[in-house]
Amino acid sequence: MNDQLKHLSERVTKGLMTRREFVGRAAALGVTAAVANSMLATAAKAEGPVKGGTIKIGASGGESTNTQDPALTASEVPLYNLRHWGETLVDVGADGSLEMRMAESVEGTADAKKWVFKIRKGIPFSNGKDMTPDDVLMTMQRHSNEDSQSGALGIMRGIENMAVDGDNFVVELSTGNADLPYLMADYHLMIQPGGGMDNPGAGIGTGPYTIEFDEPGVRHGFKRRDDYWDSENRGHAEFSEQLVLNDATARTAALQSGQVHMINRVDPKVAGLLDRAPNLTVKSVAGRGHYVFIMHVDTAPFDNNELRLALKYAINREEMVDKILRGYGSIGNDMPINGSYPLFDDTIPQREFSLEKAAEHYKKSGHDGSPIILRTADGAFPGAVDAAALFQQSAQAAGIPLEIKREPNDGYWSEVWNVQPFCASYWGGRPVQDQMYSTAYLSTADWNDTRFKVPEFDEMLLAARAEIDEAKRKDIYSKMGRMLRDEGGLILPMFNDFVGAIGNNVGGYYDDPNGPLMNNKAPIKCWLTDA
Amino acid sequence: MHPIVKLVAQRLALGLLLLFAASILIFAGTSILPGDVAQQILGQAATPEALENLRRELGLNEPAVTRYFSWLGGILQGDLGTALTNGRDIAESLSSRLSNTLFLAFWAAVIAVPLAIFLGLLAVRYKDRWPDKIISGVTLTTISIPEFMIGYVLIYWVSIKWGMFSSVAIINDSMTLGQKLNAIAIPVMVLTLVVLAHMMRMTRAAILNVMQSAYIETAELKGLGMLKIIRKHAFPNAIAPIVNVVMLNLAYLVVGVVVVEVVFAYPGMGQYLVDHVSKRDVPVVQACGLIFAAVYIGLNLIADIVSILANPRLRHPK
Repeated sequence: MNDQLKHLSERVTKGLMTRREFVGRAAALGVTAAVANSMLATAAKAEGPVKGGTIKIGASGGESTNTQDPALTASEVPLYNLRHWGETLVDVGADGSLEMRMAESVEGTADAKKWVFKIRKGIPFSNGKDMTPDDVLMTMQRHSNEDSQSGALGIMRGIENMAVDGDNFVVELSTGNADLPYLMADYHLMIQPGGGMDNPGAGIGTGPYTIEFDEPGVRHGFKRRDDYWDSENRGHAEFSEQLVLNDATARTAALQSGQVHMINRVDPKVAGLLDRAPNLTVKSVAGRGHYVFIMHVDTAPFDNNELRLALKYAINREEMVDKILRGYGSIGNDMPINGSYPLFDDTIPQREFSLEKAAEHYKKSGHDGSPIILRTADGAFPGAVDAAALFQQSAQAAGIPLEIKREPNDGYWSEVWNVQPFCASYWGGRPVQDQMYSTAYLSTADWNDTRFKVPEFDEMLLAARAEIDEAKRKDIYSKMGRMLRDEGGLILPMFNDFVGAIGNNVGGYYDDPNGPLMNNKAPIKCWLTDA
Repeated sequence: MHPIVKLVAQRLALGLLLLFAASILIFAGTSILPGDVAQQILGQAATPEALENLRRELGLNEPAVTRYFSWLGGILQGDLGTALTNGRDIAESLSSRLSNTLFLAFWAAVIAVPLAIFLGLLAVRYKDRWPDKIISGVTLTTISIPEFMIGYVLIYWVSIKWGMFSSVAIINDSMTLGQKLNAIAIPVMVLTLVVLAHMMRMTRAAILNVMQSAYIETAELKGLGMLKIIRKHAFPNAIAPIVNVVMLNLAYLVVGVVVVEVVFAYPGMGQYLVDHVSKRDVPVVQACGLIFAAVYIGLNLIADIVSILANPRLRHPK
């Protein structure tokens, strides 16, 4: 039986048989689909990467206003661009471990206040010059200096001093941070020659590709670099092309008709149907991204914790996952951390949907019965308007007068989110708990969109940050999670999966919970089996 | 001065005035929209410092009136400026987008206009009989279905099921004419189906209107064939309203096809404009707005001139 399976799986990797056929034949031999799929993955790996060809991705999240400047990157298409030509000091691997890129190694002091990154030598930029620790320093300076417009400015704030010491790049912090290396994996922090100070959008970096053509909002093309340092693992296709397909149907049609090899953001509503198409596979990865309803805990009536609890009990999480995510996700527990994070405490009890408890807390809150306005928009997260309607229904059943106010997509992030006291929103998740909490739940955080300002919570966060002992850290994080769950302004009904799809001639795919399509690295790490 | 030359001169002068007024409206409109370009660029990731730094660099701290006049000064010297969002030269990006839009509009028009007029004539010839009913029924159906729906249906059958044409209409300079036409085949079909009914019905109505005149009856009594009467006597007198409708539809093909552009990812001006409106990139919105307004004004001017040339009575206003 094993020989037979092995033979079949080789046929698939050579493109002589579809994955679906294989799973069917394997089932006939008494092998479960999960085992069959993992056998396939092994077979594909054994074959090794195929070099050459043009790999194409159809991606949403691009506009004609996009630039190649890493500091201003905020959507998915520019992010795929960055991955092609640039690299960061370190990467976060699919298993949550640190992967060394431009840094060869990293070491921290016992108090986690000083971090030394040893920079690799002899790695050329695409302009021919070798990357030096000075380039690293200047890159970090560009993202953190007074004139910075960078989206990474927030995470650079705790850094007190940066310097070059021989081959090393040294970071000193005002308070210890055991997770600092993870912050350096932020995609904004692509190492650029001279820090990209002169021409931030030039697209020159140490990545596997160089820009061939660059038509924002339409398409981006890349050519493989012959002098790339890590060509064993990245940059398999000779050319890589990205088509900007913002329309969901255009994306699926392009994949079905073979005009692209992979697409991002498959609408959960059609994912099940799409997966039945013969020449492709839908890939869904449980991640850290989540859809939320956020309340400002310093604004009436949400300053009353009983009312917040009433609303938290009044949301039917299972229904949300079923109807809004069509099963492509998991239920949330009113804290932004789930099992995808390291040091997650899975003993924290799950909050269940309970109309009785909701009614009880609502009564205790003494709310005067005036409508509670929840603002939402299609752009808040996919299905946000429907989710708000479901929430309204179940809240009504508990006697809570929830009223939905629909806002335009346009201007939602500047006029509603982080401005209005109760609205729908989403978070993309972060590689580690510390980063998630310090981005949105620390008193001083710019994006504290629930206005959660509790000194005790801040102290725990700082203590956990500097704590090297993992068991102790886990314990502190657990307390923080529970605190947020019971007192925070966050109603978190669901964690959404990243749903994408790839053609069956794409090799080298693996699941990565850090971001969609292998943390946006699928175009540079996958290959075409029929190239 | 020849009356037509005078008319053209007058219209052009008025057109310039209209363009100026349009530019003020566009500027005011984009300023009223919530949020500014700095906020839109940084999106959810905006920190107050980053916003302030970006605003300072883009000159957004200047008063709106100052920004408008510095933009106007540039335009008068033929400088469209650079996009605030990505620093690209607007004239350069715009010219490729505009030529794509015109390319698509041209091929749609080349098919749709003759077909619509021909079908209109045919409908008149077989008025109230089955060819007329089929033509009207089919074209009215296709105009009533939203264009993205027609687009999806055609993509499903033509591209995915039959594998004939590409579902993605991204074109670029390195493609041959044949490759480009292959890429835009389905969008051209969609646009043809969308604009057909309007022009066809107007042709039919205008000619039927003329057909009730006394001189047509005379021609009929003389024993002329129906098609000949339509071609020689009715059509020339019905040209003015038909040309008006044709021009209106041509203008639509240039300025109103953003939905089709999105469905087929076509790199035309509509998508370009929408992206920049949502990012509040005023200079680009202004430039696009001016071009769209100029197209409308120009096509209407042509329609008027053709009407006058076709109708001697209009050439000598009392």
